[in-house]
Amino acid sequence: MTMRILARLLQVFGTNKTSWVGLGIFAAICAMALLAPWIAGSDPLEQDIIAKLRPPSGEHWFGTDEFGRDVYARLVWGARISLSVSISAISLALVVGGTIGLVSGYVGGRFDMLVMQAMDVILSFPALILGLIIVALLGPSQTNLIVAIALTAMAPFARIARAPTLIVKERQFVEAGRALGFGHARIIFVHVLPNILSEVLVMASLWMATAVRVEASLSFIGLGVRPPTPTWGGMIRDGFENILDAPWLCIYPGLAILALIFSLNMLGDGLRDATDPKLRGE
Amino acid sequence: MLWYVAKRLLAAMPTLVAVLTVVFVIVRIIPGDPALTVLGDQATPQALAALREKLGIDKPLLAQYLDFISAALTGDLGRSLVSGRPVINEVVAVLPHTLDLTISSLVLGTVLGVPLGVWAALRRNRLADYVIRIVSLVGLSFPVFVSGIFLLMVFALHYRLFPVIGTANLSDLGDRTWKLVLPTITLGLVMVAYITRVTRSAMLQVLSEDYVRTARAKGVPARLVIRRHALRNALIPVVTVVGLYLGINIGNSVLTEIVFNRPGLGKVIVTALNQRDYAMLQGLMVIYCFLIVVTNLLTDLAYGLIDPRVKQA
Amino acid sequence: MSDPVLTVRGLRKHFATGGGLSRAAAVTVRAVDGIGFEVRAGEAFGIVGESGCGKSTAGRAILRLIEPDAGEIVYRGQDVRAASGAALRALRRRLQIVFQDPYSSLNPRRSIGRALAEPIEVHGLAASAQEVRARVASLLDEVGLPADAAERYPHEFSGGQRQRIGIARALSVEPELIVADEPVSALDVSIQAQVLELMRRLQAQRGLSFVFIAHDLGVVRYFCQRVAVMYLGRIVEMGTAAELFGDPLHPYTRMLRDASPVPDPALRGRMPRIEGETPSPANPPSGCHFHPRCPHAMPACRERYPEETRVGGRMVACHLHGPGGG
Repeated sequence: MTMRILARLLQVFGTNKTSWVGLGIFAAICAMALLAPWIAGSDPLEQDIIAKLRPPSGEHWFGTDEFGRDVYARLVWGARISLSVSISAISLALVVGGTIGLVSGYVGGRFDMLVMQAMDVILSFPALILGLIIVALLGPSQTNLIVAIALTAMAPFARIARAPTLIVKERQFVEAGRALGFGHARIIFVHVLPNILSEVLVMASLWMATAVRVEASLSFIGLGVRPPTPTWGGMIRDGFENILDAPWLCIYPGLAILALIFSLNMLGDGLRDATDPKLRGE
Repeated sequence: MLWYVAKRLLAAMPTLVAVLTVVFVIVRIIPGDPALTVLGDQATPQALAALREKLGIDKPLLAQYLDFISAALTGDLGRSLVSGRPVINEVVAVLPHTLDLTISSLVLGTVLGVPLGVWAALRRNRLADYVIRIVSLVGLSFPVFVSGIFLLMVFALHYRLFPVIGTANLSDLGDRTWKLVLPTITLGLVMVAYITRVTRSAMLQVLSEDYVRTARAKGVPARLVIRRHALRNALIPVVTVVGLYLGINIGNSVLTEIVFNRPGLGKVIVTALNQRDYAMLQGLMVIYCFLIVVTNLLTDLAYGLIDPRVKQA
Repeated sequence: MSDPVLTVRGLRKHFATGGGLSRAAAVTVRAVDGIGFEVRAGEAFGIVGESGCGKSTAGRAILRLIEPDAGEIVYRGQDVRAASGAALRALRRRLQIVFQDPYSSLNPRRSIGRALAEPIEVHGLAASAQEVRARVASLLDEVGLPADAAERYPHEFSGGQRQRIGIARALSVEPELIVADEPVSALDVSIQAQVLELMRRLQAQRGLSFVFIAHDLGVVRYFCQRVAVMYLGRIVEMGTAAELFGDPLHPYTRMLRDASPVPDPALRGRMPRIEGETPSPANPPSGCHFHPRCPHAMPACRERYPEETRVGGRMVACHLHGPGGG
């Protein structure tokens, strides 16, 4: 089973070169986050007022911030926040939203209509605003950030799981399952789910980029993970005050965010192009 | 035509009420007693009770809800807890700035995005297409505050071309435009990227349709085919995206306004959140919902113009 | 004559479309409009008719894959419509179905082995994993597929082979009656014969009863002992295959038979056409549904739906043969 999945992934990726680039950059950033304790060089929280606001040099590759902390070290550790928040949030949204869409699409009727209208209401709020409201209500913390982003992403996942469910549930092998006496739970999770997985996973990769963007934006506004934990958005926020004297404080985190989102977009694009039957035909 | 508009408004009502309900619930969930926030913790219980009564928050929840809905639908959006001024006034004060930004970024996005998207579709899989696709992907990947800051650093700080503080003098057109440039480019970039991509994929879809191939086979010159047949149909998803984007724009506006220190709806929202000015928040959300409905309506009307089939439905 | 194992009476299924919040007018499609028949043990009972006559709906309604609106379905003394829970699951074992489309009736993400093992496991028909595997192997053998098919996936098989797999899957729960919904209509003619032959063999070996739904008369003639002809949701004639096609009483049966190619040189040259098209089941003609196309239509045909009359061993619903006609 796993061999099949791997083979399929390779096949999907092989056709699209851009996704390899995206995968590469993303993998590099992940590696950076994982290896943070070893490659950071110095303690990201360690303050050194004497050395504050120093430009990039041999000692501090990316310079220091207004507390004398090493920007490079903070950047490397900041990757952890961006990645862990977005991965957790999207996984949560995928499981919850996907299940909602799956069950709702399968059950159909009034229930489906109500659920989808609820989803539509959530969808009508843009991701950032909704995230903003939720974090403002719950208070900024890593968990709340994850919950906020997950709640925002839940609605699109529900939609993207529901659409193919509506189609798959009409296929004869689903009817066969009922004829053979299978319970609804079995049909939904063993038969329908694997057939909608590819759409949902493509959505997940596309939404990862949004999740990173929302996390960074919220950190920039000041509603992200509390300092002194380094976050890329937070670093830009702090750096903004000193933008005249120390532009490096904004440049490097900005580039990092850009790189991460860009790689995720490439990945998602590649995946989507490869699995879209219409584009494949042409 | 009027009938169509009326029908669409009617159809939007349930969603509008649903969203208003969500707003009502959310705002009431905010922890903290608004009366306390306004008067401070030195206030006497009588003063607190009096204020609560004045604000109407001592009534049962259902009564509050009904008051809220009926007020919202008649246009009374309450008063700010912090400033005491009507919410409407605060909004109207900053609206021109937000509108300026929204419309100009929209125009920029369309004027650049549509031709780029069409061009990319026509040069499919050739160099131009790849370049456009990569560049638009980069444009999409820039969070607005990052691109805003970069633009600020380069053009405002380094080259001193544009101002850093962005509060425009509304009556001075020159000043207004001047302060609009960088924010517009910031927001517009994302817009261009989206519109380019959507236009490209829509055009590709349309170009492969049978009726386009037929027209080409009949010898109709390419340019005519594109303009008369393909473009019109490709515009439909573009209009959708634009409509959607107008709603999403608020999120990006917040960030742009912070970066460029511009007044606008976004900043008002964040300030209200920070100050726990929940009356203001409520009013703002109502306005926002209303804007969404109007945007959807405009989008639908635009469909009606482009696609004659829609009006018959 | 053995006793009937399946008795159906007054089966009705209407579909409502449109109306309510939709812009289309409310329309009732009378897919199955009161049919009744009996199937005996070990017998193949055919239901035949053109597209839209409701035969597929009837087949599914018997198994409650579509819930009937009205009617009685009794299998070996058990009320099928009233069953629920464990009783319904037990019934599901005994009444199975083979579907028409070999390309959509199998889950593309499941291996054949898993697809066949699943029903066995769900119903607890095997004591150990080994026994499950043994059963799967024997099922594959029974339908004429190699044992290694268990590891492969549906897309690796041809239409005819997939149909065999579908049959094997139906057999996995050891049913007594199988509803075959156009089981060979989607296959090439040469493959049709093979699959039909397989079904014949299985019927003899396992003593299965069949409700065989098809639009191809030739296939029905080959496979079935007794046949019902459906038109716009009702049965217009019912009897043994020999009687029905040898000497059709109802003009519609005659029309069907005459239009079906017969490999008899003597009849070559006489090719009557099917007159007209089947009207929509949402809006059937008044009186006898067939009267607009019937060469023998009388005034009575437009006014009243004919009663079901017994002629010899058969049933027919036609004014020509009813108490009023001659």
